[in-house]
Amino acid sequence: MIPAAFDYVRAGSAEEAISLIGEHGEDAKFLAGGHSLLPLMKLRLAQPTVLVDIGRVNDLSYINDAGDHIAIGALTRHMDIENSDLLRQHVPLLAHAASHVGDPQVRHRGTLGGTIAHADPASDLPATTLALGATYVAQGPNGTREIAAADFYEGFLTSALAPDEMLTEIRVPKMNGAGWSFQKFNRRAQDWAIVGVAAWSGDAGSGVGLVNMGSVPILATDVSEALASGASIDDAAEQANAQTDPQADINASVEYRQHLARVLVKRALTEAAG
Amino acid sequence: MEISVTVNGVVHTADVEPRTLLVQYVREHVGLTGTNIGCDTSSCGACSLHLNGEAVKSCTVLAVQADGQELTTIEGLADADGTLHPMQQAFQDNHGLQCGYCTPGMVMAATSLLKENPNPTEREVRIGLEGNLCRCTGYHNIVQSVLAAAGGAQ
Repeated sequence: MIPAAFDYVRAGSAEEAISLIGEHGEDAKFLAGGHSLLPLMKLRLAQPTVLVDIGRVNDLSYINDAGDHIAIGALTRHMDIENSDLLRQHVPLLAHAASHVGDPQVRHRGTLGGTIAHADPASDLPATTLALGATYVAQGPNGTREIAAADFYEGFLTSALAPDEMLTEIRVPKMNGAGWSFQKFNRRAQDWAIVGVAAWSGDAGSGVGLVNMGSVPILATDVSEALASGASIDDAAEQANAQTDPQADINASVEYRQHLARVLVKRALTEAAG
Repeated sequence: MEISVTVNGVVHTADVEPRTLLVQYVREHVGLTGTNIGCDTSSCGACSLHLNGEAVKSCTVLAVQADGQELTTIEGLADADGTLHPMQQAFQDNHGLQCGYCTPGMVMAATSLLKENPNPTEREVRIGLEGNLCRCTGYHNIVQSVLAAAGGAQ
């Protein structure tokens, strides 16, 4: 399967990339690792006229300790997140969830910024960073702005990013020893989650992100509120579907997804508390 | 667009369309057909090769993304005199293939895996090869081959 024809330009810096995307208009797309975009282009579900390759903007690949949070460059690959000692120490949920994205070959190419900007509700790391209360940094022609993960996902494959903005950094609060769990239910190892749950709980409260339970990644605040008001894990997990709107597909009916969400949230909260 | 790619140590220059996939480039422009196209949807891993020393699925990389980079394909593993790479030898010794279609991708994924984890457990081998499908379901001997190659490298 060959993508429709497009023009290709390579950017050496974020500034150059933003200038190029502005020059080429709304049908231009950023290309990072390409492991979400290229499959869509091969199926011709996406037909950008210009690709602005940001894959070599190397100064956006980093994982730094920034005090109360870890700052991750948008072009940091899943494999580097999975293997980061800094993340394993301070944000183990993210390092672990990254190891469940696709397979090793995919993780050698795919980037954190790419999967977040793609905003696929079935992807693991949008929901995981949402659960962790991350802040995303976007750069546009007029400078940078911060977007809370909770305000970022607007619809299926649609985010708060303007067409001429690119993600440059993901800021993930340190977990400070909170318990955590990542539950991914699928039929084959490398598949997308049929349903996934990223959860943490500790002194600072809890966060529960749901994968593939609606048109956007879902922050299950009703579950966290139930826990905060003293509900048991079993009772809190019953709130798992309060904010979901799952679709049926070849893998699962709506009812089955809702069942999985309840079961996996319960398992995740139990493991996080353990 | 003109690109230069070092393939198995030799620089190749070609004029390609931006939409040319890396696997097409390797097979049709460089003429190395050991890299197979399987699912063409980044699922099966048959097209795995090394980009700058790491296994990638070449059906999901553009040739232009490899401009100026280094590729190793299955043809680049054996020595010039035909001596097989230890991983290839281990696949032969352990009957790590049936129809052989997935084998180049399996070998490239396995060599990349051992570079990152030189002494994997059986479970780590199985997880490390999750991106490669064998439709003969001959996984048992593939895993044994990789474990044997890891043991031989010690």
